[in-house]
Formats: sequence, C-alpha cells, structure tokens
Amino acid sequence: MSFAERFAAAAADDRAAFLPYLMAGLPDPAASVDLFAALGEAGADGFEVGLPYADPLMDGPVIQAAGAAALGAGTTLAGGLGVARRVREATGKPCAVMTYVNPILRTGLDAFMGMAADAGVDAVIAADLPVDEAAPFVAAGAARGVGVVLFAAPTTSEERLRAVVDAGPVFVYGVAEMGVTGERAGVSEWAAGMSARVRALTDLPLVFGVGIATPRAAAAAARVADGVIVGTALVRRVLEAPDAAAAADGLREAGAAFAAAMRRS
Amino acid sequence: MTLERPDERGRFGGYGGRFAPETLMPALAELEQAFDEARGDPSFTAELAALQRDYCGRPTPLYEAARLSEALGMTVLLKREDLLHTGAHKINNTIGQGLLARRMGKPRLIAETGAGQHGVATATAAALFGMECAVYMGAVDIERQALNVDRMRLLGAEVIPVTTGAGTLKDAVSAAMRDWVATVERTHYIIGSVVGPHPFPWMVREFQRVIGDETIAQLDGRHVDVVAACVGGGSNAMGMFTAFAGTGPELVGVEAGGHGLETGEHGASLVAGSPGVLHGAMTYLLQDDDGQVREAHSVSAGLDYPGVGPEHAYFRDAGIARYVAVSDREALDGLDLLARTEGIIPALEPAHVIAWLARERESLAGTTVVVTLSGRGDKDVEQVSRMRGSG
Repeated sequence: MSFAERFAAAAADDRAAFLPYLMAGLPDPAASVDLFAALGEAGADGFEVGLPYADPLMDGPVIQAAGAAALGAGTTLAGGLGVARRVREATGKPCAVMTYVNPILRTGLDAFMGMAADAGVDAVIAADLPVDEAAPFVAAGAARGVGVVLFAAPTTSEERLRAVVDAGPVFVYGVAEMGVTGERAGVSEWAAGMSARVRALTDLPLVFGVGIATPRAAAAAARVADGVIVGTALVRRVLEAPDAAAAADGLREAGAAFAAAMRRS
Repeated sequence: MTLERPDERGRFGGYGGRFAPETLMPALAELEQAFDEARGDPSFTAELAALQRDYCGRPTPLYEAARLSEALGMTVLLKREDLLHTGAHKINNTIGQGLLARRMGKPRLIAETGAGQHGVATATAAALFGMECAVYMGAVDIERQALNVDRMRLLGAEVIPVTTGAGTLKDAVSAAMRDWVATVERTHYIIGSVVGPHPFPWMVREFQRVIGDETIAQLDGRHVDVVAACVGGGSNAMGMFTAFAGTGPELVGVEAGGHGLETGEHGASLVAGSPGVLHGAMTYLLQDDDGQVREAHSVSAGLDYPGVGPEHAYFRDAGIARYVAVSDREALDGLDLLARTEGIIPALEPAHVIAWLARERESLAGTTVVVTLSGRGDKDVEQVSRMRGSG
C-alpha cells in the first residue's frame, strides 16, 4: 500500500494516519526492523525510517544521540536503506526515509533514488532541502517512482507554501513547532491555521511532525491533519530500554496509545 | 572574476545556496533584505565606519616586517588585524552584524566559536549594543581556549558547551543553528565566517572586505606579487581576496594540514576534500563515501573545521586563488619565527601563513608578499607552551 492509499483508508475510518519515526540501525539493524514491526502491530499506518547522519541540523538531542549510536554500531547508508526494505517487506506498510541533503548528493541524486527504489522506499525526506532546491530531487525521484516530502513551517509565507504545493511532494510535512525535533507539551495553535491554509491550496495530504510527544498532542494534530509523525518520544524509549525486547514492549504500548489518539470521533 | 554578489539563489558559481530547514528560510530571506537595505543606507554605513574607527581601531597598519623579510629573503607586509579591539579580525563582522541585528529589532545574539575569538567578538558586540548573548563552543575547545571562555563570561555572555560529535567548531555551528531554528523571531545568529546559508557568506565577506580595501589604499600603488591568508571558514582571507581578485597578485589560501594530509587528520577541505553540503551551503568538505562529514583536526581551533566558505570553493575551481596546506608542526615553527624576528606573537591560525612563506622561501625569493595577520597569539600561548614542553 502506498502513502496515498494509507491516508485514504485512514480518512475513511475517520482518523489520521499514524506514522512513527525510528532510527535505522538502533540498537542494531536486525533489532531495528523488529522495533518498526512492533509499531506496525500497534497500529502504525506507515513509517519514517531515520538514516543516521553525523550533522543532523534539524534534530534535537535525542535523535542526535540515536544517530550517533546507530553510526557507532556501523550503520551505513546502504545498511539504513536495507532496514527500510526489510520493514517494507515485513509490514507491507509504506516507508519514507528521513535523511539530509549531503548523503544524497554524495551518493548521487540518481544513484540514491535508485537505491531507495530498490529498497521499496515510497518517499525521501531531507530535512535541509527547501523547496527552492527541490526540483532536481523531485525529478530524480519521479524517474524511479520515489516521492519527495517537502516542509511547511509556522513562518512559511503564502508564496512559499504555494511553491511547496506546486513542487508536487508526496505529502506536505507541517512543522508543528518552531525548533528542532523533540518533545513538547502541546501542539501549537498554528497547526489549525496551517491546516486551513494548506487545504485551501491543495488536496495533497498534510502530515504534522516535530515536537509531538504525547497522545494528547497527537490527538490535537490528528483532528487537522491527514497524518501525524511521532519520533523523539519513541526513539527515547529505544535509547532508554535495557535491551531490544524491552524496547519492543515499550513501543507496542506507546504505539497503541498514539494509534488510538488518531481517531477523530 | 570575483562576483560582486552571488546570484539570486545565493550561488557563487555552483557553490553556496541555501540548504536549510524550512523553518529558517523566511528568516534568511528577511536577513538578506535587511542587509541589502542597510548597506545602501548612509546612516548605517556611517555608524559602522565610526565604530570601526573609534571602537575597533581601524585602519589597522600595513607593516613591513623588516627582520622577517630579511630572514626569508622576500618582502613581507603584515596587515595587522591582530591589533584590533579583541585581538582579531572577527570584530569587523560582529560589529557589522550587531548593528544589523539592532536595526532588525532582534534583542538576542548567538554565535558559535572555535578558538573563542569570534565568541569574544560577538560577546563584545552584544555588550556594546546592550543585547543578550549566548555562545556555543565545543567542549574540547572550551578546555583548550580557557582564556577566551573567561573573557566571554566577563562580557556577560553565556557560554554553552557542545558535547556532540568531536566537541569542536563543526558541532558548535550545528548547535547554534538549532538554537536559531527555535528562536529566530527574536534572535540573530552572527555566524563567524563566510560559511552557512545565503546571505551569510556574502554578508560576512562584505563586513570583512574592509581588510583588503584598506590594504589596497595603504599600498598606494606599490607592487605586490602574492597575497596570502589562512583559511578555516575563510573570512579573513575572503576579506582580503575580494579586494585583490583580478588585480594581478597571486592569491594563496593556507589551510590546516594538521598531522599531515596523508594521515586524514587535518582541516584542508579545499586541498583534500570534495564538494558537498555542510551547514546550509554547497562547498568543499571533508566527508566519507556515505556523505558523513568527517571531523577535522588542527592545532589551531580556528582552522579546525571540515568545511569552508562557498566562495573559496568557487575561487578554487575557477583558479582565482590557490590553496595549500601547512601542518601543525610547521605552524608552531611559523609562530616562533614571527615572534623572534618581529616581537609579534601571532595566533596559530595566521602562523600557518608565516610557515608557508618559510617553506616556499626559494620560490618566493625577492617577491613582495602581503599577509593577513588575522589575530594575536595570547589565546594560544598556554597551548603552545604545553606542546613545546611535551614535544
């Protein structure tokens, strides 16, 4: 199933899609596949698979630490994409890989999109790719059937929002809070306003992420979005768990709570 | 030829641009517009010029170093940025950006720092303009530059240790950018070199080009064969090169060779790196096959950076300047040479340039060379003594 089908199925069910994020290769490649699968059992509709990067400008301390640990455990770019492929195979649910511009350009735009396509990846998210530089990424992805996700922030102007929509992303990633990834108390008032602005421009799916740490915040986001990304709150459980089995148990419990929060009625 | 300003995407040739989280994009556009307006506003440029003269101590001398020249068999002219207030060229940029931040109504300044010179210069500007200040500094650098940490605190700045990565300049830049992503509405990020997303490389160059413009005026038509400067991010070099590009002299940027290029432990991104994106700009950087940015190494905290300003990347590819690398050990010898022949203790960063002159004394024999002496060496005395003692 693609992201579009997942969003449609969730909407038909009067809920938003739950799209948890975990770091590929944490605590090790095989175990990280099992952790994604645990979230799949808990009700995830698709996944954001973090490819570890040494200089993650958009990420807070928890995901920085997760990336450093995954790199320390020997996770390569190919290894991270391998995790995405196995998650896709094991769960049948769509995967977006989350990375930064430099690993993509170092590999080569076409080569990277080819690797992503071979791994069955549905979409690529690069946290430092603004719409202004996105056209070659979108074109290279389209040639291999891989979508690109673009961001809208609380500060994004109407003109920029229109450019984001026109660039043809798989979905619009609404940054729910100013700042880097992390856990915050609620969802900004801005979310509802952004939702209305995006809806007025396009039928493209809108997904909120960044700072959504609790089922309560996720429920607020779910009322105005097609999907909700939860990352740090889950990654922290993996980092703090004594072993992979405990991490999986923790994710099943937390994942079920977030998945339940996706219901709008 | 040198570009008066980058194109509308912020590119110098294929380098530069704006690879930044969407959250920052509106702020970068706002900053570009504010800088463009300020530089054309006579009241802004007059206030900046007055502060440069009365507060910073400009113009700095262009000093003919007679005993060094005699020792090396060439004529060496030192542009004495080490004599500026706070002891380095960094103040040129922080006073300019501080004025701009005040004009934009931002009450808080943040900065990253490696050697601490830029942090001190930012803390100084914050005190001068009555602003809050936070400086991100790698934990390793806090240890090796304790004097500058104390100076920043005396100036009222908060020094925030960065423990991620290797705890050096690269990580401090990333940490400062993360702060800015979250606080951009009331904070201005004074980036310390000609790096980062557009408009920073262009704006910092414009605030530093006073170095080269003054030098040209002070030369008063005197012939120069070579203009040389150290390159970490490359702001003092670009401040000098911008004035000289296309006028005749050979432009040479000296990067940190660290333990030697062959060891992989260095900061020579132009000499030994490859193109990629770091801290918001397309440029040369040190990276592995997966595009993971490698840690740099240099005895000099100010050159300990795995990227470089994008305009230098353009200069390199276009052949406008050439770039060389000098090792830690050579740099220490360069520091000794200038100290003993001229009674000037340079910072370890420009000591790399003195060392390059010494290495190239045969090929440079009889020439006239202008060197940016970008900072004074007080901050490095303890470290140099320690290394000499152990070495």
